[in-house]
Amino acid sequence: MQRGETGTGCGRNPCPIVRTVGLTRDFPGIRALDSVDFSLLAGEVHVIFGENGAGKSTLISMLAGAIKSTSGRILFRDRPVEFDSVHAARNFGISAVFQEFSLIPQMTIAENIFLGAEEVRRGLLDSRKQLRKARELLERLDFHLDPESKVERLSRAQQQIVEIAKAFRSNLSVLILDEPTASLTGHETQQLFRLIRKIKQQDVAIVYITHRIAEIAELGDRISVLRDGKLVGTVDAKSTTNDELIHLMTGRVVGDVFPTVKFNPGGIVLETNDLHSFDGSLNGASVSVRSGEIVGIAGLIGSGKSRFGKACFGALPIESGSLSFKGEQIRKPTPAGMLNRGFMYLPPDRRDEGLMMMRPAFENVTLAAISKSPFSNGWIVNGRTEKLVADDLANRLNLVPQRLDQTTEHFSGGNQQKLMLARSLTRKFDFFLFDEPTVGVDVGTRSTIYEFIALLCEEGAAVLLISSDMAEILELSNRVYVFFAGSVQAELSEDQITEENVLASFFGRKAA
Amino acid sequence: MMTKNPGTTAQFAFNISIFTKKLFIRLGILPFLLAIAVIVFALMSENFLTGRNIMNVLRQSVYLTIVSLGQMLALLTGGFDLSVGTILALTSVVGALTMASVYAAAPEAIWLAITAGCIAGLGAGTLVGVVNGVGVAVFNVSPFMMSLGMASVGFGIALYLTGGVPVYGMPVEFGDLFGFGTLLGIPVPLFAVSIVAVVLYLILYRTPFGRYIYAVGGNIKAARLSGISTRWVLFLTYVLCAALAAFAGLLLTARLDTGEANIGATMPLQSIAACVIAGVSLRGGVGRLENVILGALLIGLVQNGMNLARIESYLQIVVLGALLILAVIADQFRLSLLRSPGI
Repeated sequence: MQRGETGTGCGRNPCPIVRTVGLTRDFPGIRALDSVDFSLLAGEVHVIFGENGAGKSTLISMLAGAIKSTSGRILFRDRPVEFDSVHAARNFGISAVFQEFSLIPQMTIAENIFLGAEEVRRGLLDSRKQLRKARELLERLDFHLDPESKVERLSRAQQQIVEIAKAFRSNLSVLILDEPTASLTGHETQQLFRLIRKIKQQDVAIVYITHRIAEIAELGDRISVLRDGKLVGTVDAKSTTNDELIHLMTGRVVGDVFPTVKFNPGGIVLETNDLHSFDGSLNGASVSVRSGEIVGIAGLIGSGKSRFGKACFGALPIESGSLSFKGEQIRKPTPAGMLNRGFMYLPPDRRDEGLMMMRPAFENVTLAAISKSPFSNGWIVNGRTEKLVADDLANRLNLVPQRLDQTTEHFSGGNQQKLMLARSLTRKFDFFLFDEPTVGVDVGTRSTIYEFIALLCEEGAAVLLISSDMAEILELSNRVYVFFAGSVQAELSEDQITEENVLASFFGRKAA
Repeated sequence: MMTKNPGTTAQFAFNISIFTKKLFIRLGILPFLLAIAVIVFALMSENFLTGRNIMNVLRQSVYLTIVSLGQMLALLTGGFDLSVGTILALTSVVGALTMASVYAAAPEAIWLAITAGCIAGLGAGTLVGVVNGVGVAVFNVSPFMMSLGMASVGFGIALYLTGGVPVYGMPVEFGDLFGFGTLLGIPVPLFAVSIVAVVLYLILYRTPFGRYIYAVGGNIKAARLSGISTRWVLFLTYVLCAALAAFAGLLLTARLDTGEANIGATMPLQSIAACVIAGVSLRGGVGRLENVILGALLIGLVQNGMNLARIESYLQIVVLGALLILAVIADQFRLSLLRSPGI
């Protein structure tokens, strides 16, 4: 493959819509993107692949006009352009759907779609026309949503759809999708893929960031792999094996990301019977977890699996049903009480519920144990010990490059996740509940996390793993519960744990 | 030699500008404002940089400093307290009334009167914080509405108790000691503020509770999931904030020698200004005690300087408001520099 390096000519290859030359971006202390030459062709799905912190987000942020480059150029149809804002990029038909939504919850879908480009007649809003156009747009995209409903009422997956629809409101030549399926169900994912294939044929170029290798095989045409801010290669998606990809991404050969866990089931640690919650999200969930095993909970978003974890930990009020932990009946669990009993809960959304982003990292590690020995005697915090222990735990989790007195938001997603894992080692726990432990985490960190979970289990802890990642559930669990509509739809063990059986129960049908 | 000189001068200037930028990004606008204020006022009035005047500034800043430290706690948890002025007033009025009536009933028991007055004043002021705390922590009322409402309630009570007239009749010893007294040549209020600062420093940076205040402001959900009783932390924060304001109210009453319902009206704005100028985040979780003290000192310094420069007091209010806005703009600018490349 020969690339149009000389600038104007494109040779026999199709002319790239967007090309970057020596694109570089510095942040304080780090070079996030280092002299990247990237080209994007019309009608291709171009996957950008790389570990957390490799520069993927930085690259697409610059393509979308969200941040400016330190040096280097962006060429749009071979003309140098400068995007001062997201708006400027959008004028060229470049739209991005970031992981963090830019929706206004109090407004309707239609109002959100046309935000910043409202339909106006004689200086006044023409909401009727806007509504009509929104409805047409949603129909064209085959999304079944009422444009008049408020965004705050929508599920996260539906909000994602609105965000995508927003990109389609004007002419589109480049669509940038940043992990669009992270919060979508299987059905919605398929719908999105159909849409992507459709717009591909209209010569729209798609930049697609994902951590899921399966999606690359299904969707990708070309893959650009970033490592440490450098573009290490652009390869053809069809002819590249997973191993080659991972090798490119990490610069090392990674075997299977999943460790083999030696289960040694002992006594029951956590048992719930017919659990109901006040908000109706749990309808009679009965689950038991033994020491020395990893129990997986699968289910769609909204199946109550995440709420179940919260209810056990005392973060969601229980209406009826019984909960026992290490043989003790617990009527009203509270997070503080459960932590003291040896129950560790790691929330699914680290930004929202897990970490204090503007505080130094070590404070996040020690947060749940700061009033306990060795961090303090209950009254006075021992700052030296705190830092030493936090550093030590960070080392054990391969959180190497960073210093823990830096602000948490400067850490990459994977390293942030490791900070939360480190938290679970600050006290003695017998039970660990992981809710979506690897969302938005690169393969390298992923295998660290899996090894961590496996080790906990082998050391005799009981582990409950709530996850939307099918592979995770299938590969790590000793037993699997599938949740549907707030209760257990199926319980699978050993060789019953297959993708077909789990999927079959997702939609409320009994597994055969 | 001569040809080389301009180059090195330019180099020197360049280094200075880089250094200034780095300093600004690290420390914010506060050191610059302090330096500018000192230089400007020193040029405007030769009395400004005298030892006596500096001592004056320190003494006058005591009240705002203590209130600002309390305000900082509320801001750190992601809220704020608009009732600090009212707390000052209520403490002053209740303390003075109690002191005066005990003193009138038993003129020989001076220290009994002073003690009773102090306890009553502190109690009344702190009670406002208890109500604030219950509202914010238990009933989830927004701190804005809660403290705004309590500001009205407290002010109304203070006016009702006094009929709007200053309260006289406190033993002179109260004012002599806590208002005008000196120890080893240093005014007593300065000792008071030092003790408050040291104790608060230990609480904030050496105890789990201090960490919890930052955690609640940093991410209240994460704090709750880490087993922290966020309600309790919020409640105590507002109580502590009120107690500090009440303490400042007592000291100010001693200085004025009267109980007044009208003191403290400027406190909410000034205390928030002192914190914001010092880099305390309005979203919670970020801010240092040392800087807040400097922030309060800056405001004291500017007021003192403007007095010496004979700037009319109404105009001084304008300057303070503008200063606050300038500080917020500078902080935004600092954040954008922090995110931008090339430093």
